Amino acid sequence: MIYDQARYVENGQYEPLLSEKETTEVEVGGDDSPLPDDLTRDSVELPDLSEPELARHYTRLSQMNWSIDSGPYPLGSCTMKYNPKFTEDVAADPNGAVHPDRSARSVQGTLKLLHGLQEYLAKIGGMDAVTLQPPAGAAGEFAGILVAKAYHEANGDDRNEVIIPASAHGTNFASAAMAGYDVVELPSDEDGRVDVEALEAAVGDDTAALMLTNPNTVGLFERDIEQIAETVHEAGGLLYYDGANLNALLGRARPGDMGFDIMHYNVHKTFATPHGGGGPGAGPVGVVDELAEFLPSPRVRERSSRSGYELFDPERSVGKVHGFHGNWLVLVKAYAYIARLGDEGLLDASAKAVLNANYLGSQVEFDIPYGPFHHEFAATSGEKDAANVAKRMLDYGVHPPTTKWPEMVPEAMLTEPTEIESKKSLDDLAAAFNAAAGDDEETLADAPSRTTARRIDQVSAARNPQLSWRALDDESDDDA
Amino acid sequence: MTSERGSPYAPHADAETVAMLDAIGVDDVEALFDIPEGVRFDGEFGIEPRSEQALRRELSALFAKNDDLTEFMGRGHYDHYVPSIVDNLSQRAEFLTSYTQYQPEITQGFLQALFEYQSMLVELTGLPVANCSMYDSATALAEAARLANRVRQVSGTRVLVPEFLRSGKRGVLDNYLAGTEMTVETYPMDDGNVDVGALSELVDDETAMIYAENPTVRGSIEERLADVGELASENDALFCLGTDLVALALLEEPASVGADVVVGEAGVLGLPSAYGMGLGLFATREEYLRQVPGRLVGVSEDAADKRAYTLTLQTREQHIRRERATSNICTNQAWVALRAAIHLAWLGPSGLVDLAEDCVRDAADLAERLDALLGLQAPVHDRYHFREFVVRCDQPAAAIAGDLESEGFAVHVVGEHLLQVCITDANAHDADGLVAAFEEVL
Repeated sequence: MIYDQARYVENGQYEPLLSEKETTEVEVGGDDSPLPDDLTRDSVELPDLSEPELARHYTRLSQMNWSIDSGPYPLGSCTMKYNPKFTEDVAADPNGAVHPDRSARSVQGTLKLLHGLQEYLAKIGGMDAVTLQPPAGAAGEFAGILVAKAYHEANGDDRNEVIIPASAHGTNFASAAMAGYDVVELPSDEDGRVDVEALEAAVGDDTAALMLTNPNTVGLFERDIEQIAETVHEAGGLLYYDGANLNALLGRARPGDMGFDIMHYNVHKTFATPHGGGGPGAGPVGVVDELAEFLPSPRVRERSSRSGYELFDPERSVGKVHGFHGNWLVLVKAYAYIARLGDEGLLDASAKAVLNANYLGSQVEFDIPYGPFHHEFAATSGEKDAANVAKRMLDYGVHPPTTKWPEMVPEAMLTEPTEIESKKSLDDLAAAFNAAAGDDEETLADAPSRTTARRIDQVSAARNPQLSWRALDDESDDDA
Repeated sequence: MTSERGSPYAPHADAETVAMLDAIGVDDVEALFDIPEGVRFDGEFGIEPRSEQALRRELSALFAKNDDLTEFMGRGHYDHYVPSIVDNLSQRAEFLTSYTQYQPEITQGFLQALFEYQSMLVELTGLPVANCSMYDSATALAEAARLANRVRQVSGTRVLVPEFLRSGKRGVLDNYLAGTEMTVETYPMDDGNVDVGALSELVDDETAMIYAENPTVRGSIEERLADVGELASENDALFCLGTDLVALALLEEPASVGADVVVGEAGVLGLPSAYGMGLGLFATREEYLRQVPGRLVGVSEDAADKRAYTLTLQTREQHIRRERATSNICTNQAWVALRAAIHLAWLGPSGLVDLAEDCVRDAADLAERLDALLGLQAPVHDRYHFREFVVRCDQPAAAIAGDLESEGFAVHVVGEHLLQVCITDANAHDADGLVAAFEEVL
């Protein structure tokens, strides 16, 4: 059992902090300094350990951590699939480690790869032009909304609202607000999809864009997408596709064909780049022809087969959303993944992702209020607190789903197994769900009990924020 | 057996697929796709699948098209030697293939690593609050300006930035402020440093934030930062200081010169030259804690009263607060922060200070050697420098840079007759080669 292995308890505590092992304060400045003392600080205090000690420290920390290589990670909407090992190797090629200010003629390999990725993504999304600059999905949303804003402004069209379904990712709301838009929230209909009548009532001269995830966050395909697109376009608005759930559609439907004008791709969700415990990600943005001139700068184009690739600034570019060219290493991994799978592999990934979600859904004893669903489903734990059920699932050796979201499903357990789980693995997941469903409230509230740490008090962490070693020291001073 | 020509990472044997379809009650996977005919796609992107081997060869040939140049480049993206232990430990799958720590009970390892990263930033900046990453220094600066916009004691809408600022950084700042009433203006520089006199003329009670960098983008070390801090404080503006993880070890401590927010590049440690990929550092004062963008790891206790770590103060974040969040950031640069933390810990305090001192010494030595060459003057600014400096050349800079490329070296062109050269522990061994190449092409 991996948890037992990870239980490195010493003197009643877990792995000690680096600062508790050994720190040293060194003086800065003085006679040997290359700078006068008034331009330097006085001293620096940091951990001071040997390399073997560090190797053990971080190895232990790694063992106290769940990952997709440890077991299933069915976080709905977050899409955690296996990260191929070889994509790491190719991304580590030292010839790919170049400075962003290098001349175009000296980095033709880098530019060719980026151009190739732009092309792949355009085909997969049914888009005409792609930028790779945004360093994460939310950054892509922001860039996409900036493009929409620039487009309307160029047309002398003053629009101040972005419409977003209530069930959408929180980033949609935040990104639209960052770009200066008022957010209009759209309710779902009884089936869990966009309420087309409510949409018709909401759109108008103020509508800059509708942001939509399809399949949506309970895994449902927006069947009325053609009508939705027509409604938004007739009102003069643009249709924005949140790529979070693109894995469910690969090769079977393309945002561009559905009428979307702008989209972002989450490369870790769809193209298996590692999420690294919180990032880096990459959020390329694709647009239709009429919006291409507004994309962030620079983009990559092929000048001619003889003179090669170059960077260029789109004519009416919104400018920069990243200081340089985005998260390069992540983009290499995405390129390698797409090239590895090709048409058949992408199509199959999607098929198996949908198959797995439906199979797991059929084996779980909790109700699933909305369907038929694609790659993810929102089960409800009903009378039981979904967060407690999730904690109990930890005791059964799996990572639980996303809980309490989206809000349209009470006590939601949003589950997305992806294509990489086998039937056996899905059966284990279902067993964990169903065992937790059978446990009494007291057991659930006390869970987890078999993990590295027991239930963690998140309320007191927020009430009394201690965010560094110094804060811990201050706290112990107070106690004394 | 996996089906031939499908995803190599979908483990389904045919018999399993059949059993699963039976359990669901359909005959065919396609029956599960609820997509209207009108928007169906035929699956033909024209992307040919490749084997691992073929793809390795292809990508290796592709990267070989990049010229093998020794880079003496910086301007916000720095290449310091990354020790092997950083690659080795950070690539442990338990770190690399994990997700955001939404279940802290089984992600204590990464949470502790991020808590330690935050703590090291606190030690280096002297400010009590550091988040566990922004995308890069440009977005960190832009988020600082948005923080200034939210802070109540700051009433104005003007953001003042130095005349010498990377255009990419300025571009991101402009975009992040596009949805606010904030405006960005530049203040002049005096021989590479802040022109404090001119700045004091510009600052007024409409100023929300003053931004300065140490070292500047041209590598000069600021000499009157405390005066800038005082100007900001007298006018109720925030003082935002841009710097990097190595410079912090040696140059004046941000807290001691009055910085309210410290932003900058933390990817100078832990990341190789990665075409501009970065790690934004962000630290600030306690009073702005609830205005901080991005993720924070805090300490709590578990049910057995043992110390434990968790993501905290999430009510600031987009998944809770939606359009009223402090930022839209969700996926950040956590793994890069882990790498930076391992690199920092490996260097230790003495190693880090030594590295930083070498950034001053090596830059001074190289500038002196270039200055001795006919047709070059270095450094252009009569200041102390950190890693990099500007060189004035009699001949057109672009032509010299082009010729240097033919000799195997890359430097920046920053003006018609201005080059910029950056030296670190990653390229210092080739300084003789660079000097010789300059002699060759002049």
